[in-house]
Amino acid sequence: MLSLLLAEGHGGGLIPAPVRSAIDRLCDPQYFLPLFFVAFVAGLVFYRKWTQPKVAGGIALAALAGFGLALTNHNFLEIVERPDNIPIVGMLGLVAFFTWYSLRLAAVNDERIEKGEGPIEKTGSNDRVLVWPDLVFSEFIALILCTVLLVVWAIAVKAPLEDPANPFKTPNPSKAPWYFLGLQEMLVYYDPWLAGVVLPGLIIVGLCAAPYIDFNPKGNGYYTFKERRFAISAFLFGFLNLWVVMVLIGTFLRGPNWNVFGPFEKWDVHKVVVLNNVNLSEGFWIGWLKTGFPAWFGASPANGSLAQAGNVIARELPGLVLVLLYLAVPPPVLASTVMKGFYKRMGFIRFNLLVFLMLSMMCLPIKMILRWTLNLKYLVAMPEWFLNI
Amino acid sequence: MDALADSPAPEPANPPAASVPAPPRFVSEYPSYQVSRRGFLSWLAVGWGAFAASGAAAGGAFNRFLMPNLPLYNPPMVLKVGWPDAFEKDKVDERQKPNGFWLRRGFDKATGRTGIYALSTTCTHLGCTPNYLSAEQKFKCPCHGSGFYETGINFEGPAPRPLERYRITLADDGQVMVDKGRKFQQEKGEWMDSEAFLAI
Repeated sequence: MLSLLLAEGHGGGLIPAPVRSAIDRLCDPQYFLPLFFVAFVAGLVFYRKWTQPKVAGGIALAALAGFGLALTNHNFLEIVERPDNIPIVGMLGLVAFFTWYSLRLAAVNDERIEKGEGPIEKTGSNDRVLVWPDLVFSEFIALILCTVLLVVWAIAVKAPLEDPANPFKTPNPSKAPWYFLGLQEMLVYYDPWLAGVVLPGLIIVGLCAAPYIDFNPKGNGYYTFKERRFAISAFLFGFLNLWVVMVLIGTFLRGPNWNVFGPFEKWDVHKVVVLNNVNLSEGFWIGWLKTGFPAWFGASPANGSLAQAGNVIARELPGLVLVLLYLAVPPPVLASTVMKGFYKRMGFIRFNLLVFLMLSMMCLPIKMILRWTLNLKYLVAMPEWFLNI
Repeated sequence: MDALADSPAPEPANPPAASVPAPPRFVSEYPSYQVSRRGFLSWLAVGWGAFAASGAAAGGAFNRFLMPNLPLYNPPMVLKVGWPDAFEKDKVDERQKPNGFWLRRGFDKATGRTGIYALSTTCTHLGCTPNYLSAEQKFKCPCHGSGFYETGINFEGPAPRPLERYRITLADDGQVMVDKGRKFQQEKGEWMDSEAFLAI
């Protein structure tokens, strides 16, 4: 029976083929990312329901069962058991566990706060322990267990070393270390200087600036979600949707030629994917207006470099206008509508900083969706000056 | 002895009533730790000297890394790659990939001319080396998925501009000669340059 299943094409396994192909299709990032976002929002809205130990335990068991069933598929197993990918499988489990754990503590505290009992951490009676012997012993045991785990891991799984580097033969696919796969995924949608320098820099600067932007004094020293909805949601969105999920896509779904493959799909080097993409300027001047690129400053290259520069800017005007509008319009609009309270409490500078950081965070999903749905390459494409947005 | 240390110091039985107390004078309990000015300064000099010496040694070792153990190998920038009829028509020639370029002979859709051109093997996105996929007739980068036609024009993925072409001429002996020192970029209109293409 099992051999029959394994003999089947596409890796076989205990999960029926239609279900597998459905999962493969849903794992295409253009469906997967919105679906994950919906689940993320639902998870935050109903955080008191699903974090109850029985519900969360049920979800965890179902996920483990599904993972176990998926392991019977040859293609899935091949990706998951790669020495490079084993820690990422473990990391996903840890991320899920700690997200649940922190939200669970927050849910318990929020209920207590509503009843007027105050958070558990402030009652003073909760599990305080002595450094010696309790803490030191726990740490010692944890240290021994970690060492045992690392030794067993090092013996059981071979280090994923590759051939000596050869500048003329790039491995296909070429993957960064797992913690950089989010950046590598970002590089698919942006120019290197943006995805490799500006946006990661903004992540670091933004995280450093968070304590100074934050105006909410609550939640200090205890778990809560209700009192810090905005801060926790924004952080979790950036961490789960834009970092963990990107690592996941880069690790498990990106195959040869950096094409997207479903988890049960064979990594075929010759998979044909239509990815032809165009710049906004091409779509605007040639596709829509059908006038060709503007030559307002003279068509001939003999007109000098200044005229040519003018033409380049004229060509990219639609994208430049869009980018400027994207950065300039939301702050005043938000300040006078949805985020009025924020603006009052934060003041002009802090509020604008916050909105700018949020906008630069949203750059990534917006550009990803534009690429998938409209085949857009760059909003502003000025390869003459190595400036592409 | 331990008990002595803990007990309070015995007070003098009859303190002199009118005597002025002597000014307190510091005497270390541990005579071996008494350091003279000269001794202190000389140890200071020894310490700083050792620090400076180890710093200099570390700096020297660091500088040593700047010099390779092997003689520097500078790959030739100008290569003779064979006579023009050694290249099959309408096929990408991969023999010079280790030297950093592909050659293609035939009609060039990008410039509308017929002949040979040399395409750089460096992806214009982040510098990986794309693979040539003969079935799809394209170059595909394994790092971020950029795709290029056989002309070098980018059409998929994040690469912002076409692959660069190298200067290609006929040598005195009639062989095709590629000069990697001179690049031609399509977005600057340089592909129409006479040396960006070898008309045959």
